[in-house]
Amino acid sequence: MALLQIAEPGLAAAPHEHRLAAGIDLGTTNSLVATVRSGVAETLPDADGRHTLPSVVRYTAGGVEVGESARLAASGDPLNTIASAKRLIGRGVADVKSIGEELPYEFVSGDSAVPRIRTLAGDVTPVEVSAEILKVLGGRAQQTLGGELAGVVITVPAYFDDAQRQATKDAARLAGLHVYRLLNEPTAAAVAYGLDRGADGVHAIYDLGGGTFDVSILRLHNGVFEVMATGGDTALGGDDFDAAVAGWLLQQASLGIDADRGTLRHALDMARAAKEALTDATAVDVQLTLPQGGTWHGELTRERLAELIDPLVRKTITTCRRVIRDAGVSTDDIEDVVMVGGSTRGLRVRERVAELFGREPLVDIDPDRVVAIGAALQADVLAGNKPDDDMLLLDVNPLSLGIETMGGLTEKIIPRNTTIPVARAQEFTTFKDGQSAMAVHVVQGERELVADCRSLARFELHGIPPMVAGAARIRVTFAVDADGLLHVEAREQTSGVSASVEVKPSYGLTDDEITGMLQASIDHAGKDMDVRRLVEEKVEAQRVIEALSAALANDADELLDAAERARVDAALQRLVAVAESSQSAADVEAAIKQLERDCEFYVERRMNSGIRKAMAGHRVDEFSEENGSSAD
Amino acid sequence: MFDFSKNFFELFGLPVGFPVDNAELASRYRELQKVVHPDRFAAAGAQSQRLSLQGATMVNEAYDTLRDPLKRAQYLLALQAVDGPQRTLDDPAFLMQQMELREALDAVRSAADPQTSLDTLLRDVATMIRDQVAQLAVQFEDGGDEQLAAAAQTVQKMQFLNKLRAEAEALEAELEEAL
Repeated sequence: MALLQIAEPGLAAAPHEHRLAAGIDLGTTNSLVATVRSGVAETLPDADGRHTLPSVVRYTAGGVEVGESARLAASGDPLNTIASAKRLIGRGVADVKSIGEELPYEFVSGDSAVPRIRTLAGDVTPVEVSAEILKVLGGRAQQTLGGELAGVVITVPAYFDDAQRQATKDAARLAGLHVYRLLNEPTAAAVAYGLDRGADGVHAIYDLGGGTFDVSILRLHNGVFEVMATGGDTALGGDDFDAAVAGWLLQQASLGIDADRGTLRHALDMARAAKEALTDATAVDVQLTLPQGGTWHGELTRERLAELIDPLVRKTITTCRRVIRDAGVSTDDIEDVVMVGGSTRGLRVRERVAELFGREPLVDIDPDRVVAIGAALQADVLAGNKPDDDMLLLDVNPLSLGIETMGGLTEKIIPRNTTIPVARAQEFTTFKDGQSAMAVHVVQGERELVADCRSLARFELHGIPPMVAGAARIRVTFAVDADGLLHVEAREQTSGVSASVEVKPSYGLTDDEITGMLQASIDHAGKDMDVRRLVEEKVEAQRVIEALSAALANDADELLDAAERARVDAALQRLVAVAESSQSAADVEAAIKQLERDCEFYVERRMNSGIRKAMAGHRVDEFSEENGSSAD
Repeated sequence: MFDFSKNFFELFGLPVGFPVDNAELASRYRELQKVVHPDRFAAAGAQSQRLSLQGATMVNEAYDTLRDPLKRAQYLLALQAVDGPQRTLDDPAFLMQQMELREALDAVRSAADPQTSLDTLLRDVATMIRDQVAQLAVQFEDGGDEQLAAAAQTVQKMQFLNKLRAEAEALEAELEEAL
């Protein structure tokens, strides 16, 4: 196995092996996979030459169908064909009920917080549906590239909340993909554009997809993409345009919106076709097959379409204004407006965006592919295939994060548009004498009242020693990582008694549920869970060995003395031996941990040396001599 | 642990002091993130990833603190251990002016031309904030105990003004969205 191919420690490391990586745009309507080959990022077609994969999964008694065939079956088999998993992922049962009225599925309320859809192949969660799409795209990439993927970048709407992000990552785990990073869709688009143009300055990305809307303002400077502000709506997109047009069609044909599911589906299909045709034509003929027999004929003009969708387009323009204000810029400062997402093909949308920004938006890159291409470029960099590349993406958290305080009010701990990763702490106290526990309710949103924000998680801190009211000091720390995922910790300070809790979102799957799903899929494939774990640990060991060998080849001479070098080499050799011969996942895992402990000093030294080098040439020395004392 | 015992100024290779060149700060920020950001360690071991996450988090915190005059002043005072028990703001004229500004803000909604009244108010507040920042520069430049105590008072004034500005901006957003 590949584990044996590493260089002997102490010798020069083997030339860097190119790691296979891919970018996946997991869309509401369509999904794509792209990869960088010979320096060029391109989306990958299936065997029939089709690049886009409809994000539709059909469950039949015989198995699972994904993509075009499932999409075609949707109107004939609406209950078993899931076409909007992205609208449901990371949502609670109550949320889904409010969206669910428009969706034809049969929801099952179980004991879990995660909604399930009843299908012929059993009850499925939106996470599992998304995993099926990811499996197909991951498989397509592996087949095209001819090897296992080392990792992927999956894009999500910038405005996705914590639960939606966590659920997307869970789906990747179920699909057996290693996620390097969740990347915000508008940022991915900026990468695709920015690298093409090398244009420093402030840019706006307007991203209107099938089911989600995002807008981001970024500053590009020497390969660094700094997101200044982002905003959007995770339940607004071209599907809503279709629904508005379909409603009009039904009304014109004297049918109610309470028509049967088949008719509704038919009206939506007609609406979409008419909307798309109006990008070129000024008026189109429309017709509806009536359930009582016969056909209704009519005409839809561009003006009428604009009238029908304007309320929706106006919502996106209002959001753009807020984001421009949050970014602290004016429209004059913005050099380009980039259009992303299939729904930006609509002329009315382009018109309104041009009006707001005072310039024609850019539509050079296929708006359907640009996100996947950006994701592929980022995946290539993250895989370490371009060590000299300067590209770096600095993104923000889209929504404010806070906790509930007395009276149902929200106390914001991390405001929206804060650059991630970030950690912020705030102290709270008890309000009753002898209070021994405190409930922490984590919320996300901009409103004052907790009831108007999204509930992310609840947990309790126990074991607070008895004190008078107001004496305890409970420090709540929020940390958001580079994927935009939140971790919350609470600790009582005065007594030294501490308790901390890792938060899982209220609407997420539990670890047990995911393990259960993984187990089920493995049983199905006739493999053993233990074998899978051993393989995973060995892959991880290989990652650690490669990374350390590369580091040693690079700077060991500079940073380690002979004795230290010998120690690190010996530690590395121990892991190599265990990874080669061990048949126990636990042993390999322990050996990785041991190596990490043994080399901790070296890893730290490298990072500090990196910082020193980055600041070299500045006034560091000058500073330490002249100004060092003022800091005491 | 990561050797981040350095203070934020040291981390950015800048002299400890109130005046900061924002363009230079931004450029050093980008250079630091290019070294420590988790994206640089996506294919590395778990330990490097943890360390990088801590490092990038601290660099973000430092940048956020140093680029904002109020946060920078508060940080400088903390570095020089001038936090102590907060003395209440002792400047009746300033407090009176704040009351008047609040009244002006409350009156915006019912004004004949809310947008213009609000613009005037925001411009006035911006001027006052600039004045306080100039004060801070002088006080920190001096650096004596008396001047640092005065800086602590200036910081309190800045807090008043920043809060007022935030409320005025929130109202501006509300007015714009109602258009």
